[in-house]
Amino acid sequence: MQSKGLTISKFVYSWLLMFAVWYGFTTSTALPELITGVIVSLVVTLITAKAAQCCGLDILLPHRIFYMVKYIFVFIIALLKANFDIARRVLSPSLPINPGIVEFETKLNSDFAKMILANSITLTPGTITVDLVGNKYFIHWVDVKTEDSEEARQEIAGDFEKILLKIFN
Amino acid sequence: MEILKYIGSFFVLLGSIFLFLGALGIYRMPDVYNRLQAGTKSSTLGAMSMLLGIGFLQPDWMVKMIVIIIFIAVSNPLSSHALARGAYRAGLSLFQKEKIDAYEKDYKDMEDKEL
Repeated sequence: MQSKGLTISKFVYSWLLMFAVWYGFTTSTALPELITGVIVSLVVTLITAKAAQCCGLDILLPHRIFYMVKYIFVFIIALLKANFDIARRVLSPSLPINPGIVEFETKLNSDFAKMILANSITLTPGTITVDLVGNKYFIHWVDVKTEDSEEARQEIAGDFEKILLKIFN
Repeated sequence: MEILKYIGSFFVLLGSIFLFLGALGIYRMPDVYNRLQAGTKSSTLGAMSMLLGIGFLQPDWMVKMIVIIIFIAVSNPLSSHALARGAYRAGLSLFQKEKIDAYEKDYKDMEDKEL
């Protein structure tokens, strides 16, 4: 998965992904539609193949799928918590915030996993990713609990990082 | 199906409540970063929940709605991250009770390198 160049497995994976999006938008099982979808998604994949470097077919192994589903559930719960947290802060008259920017380093090494973690952090309670330099995340935190980077990592990204390490390594 | 109608209406109502809270947050928060916090989270969940509600009201559209929900979940945080980074680079200061800004030092280093 760390190989940089375009492999057949990466190509087939993006082709499948493009076809899944096509099927999602047409939702028709008529044969002519499916054949058109295969051709269109092949063309799109040929054009975008250089940019689509995220992962190969080995991402579809069963234990990785299992952790992906788990990730989605953890993510949805965090998103709901984030919204109730923001609602509580906005609706209370004293506006209880103590904002600041903290930093921490991640153990993830693939670019795609880092991107997913950054996006997830933005949607979880009280945190928003300001920048990502190398392995360092800079997080704007509405209610800063700790300035220590290791504790901040546990507090902000603990669950997500554990699952992402299992998916991408 | 009567029950789908109720579930759909519930999700649309939930979505509009979250969108309203997001708007209120943008009004009440003191600086651009905190406003982004309120705006991003509630607009993401609000739009997702509203689209899901439409999916229940019109079951034929459900799969399309799920594709759109995935697009929103991927693209919304990216735009807020770009706004936050752009705001910092444009020199907008943070509202702070105590001074906590780990980004300042690294940002200055980067700026020195670029110059």
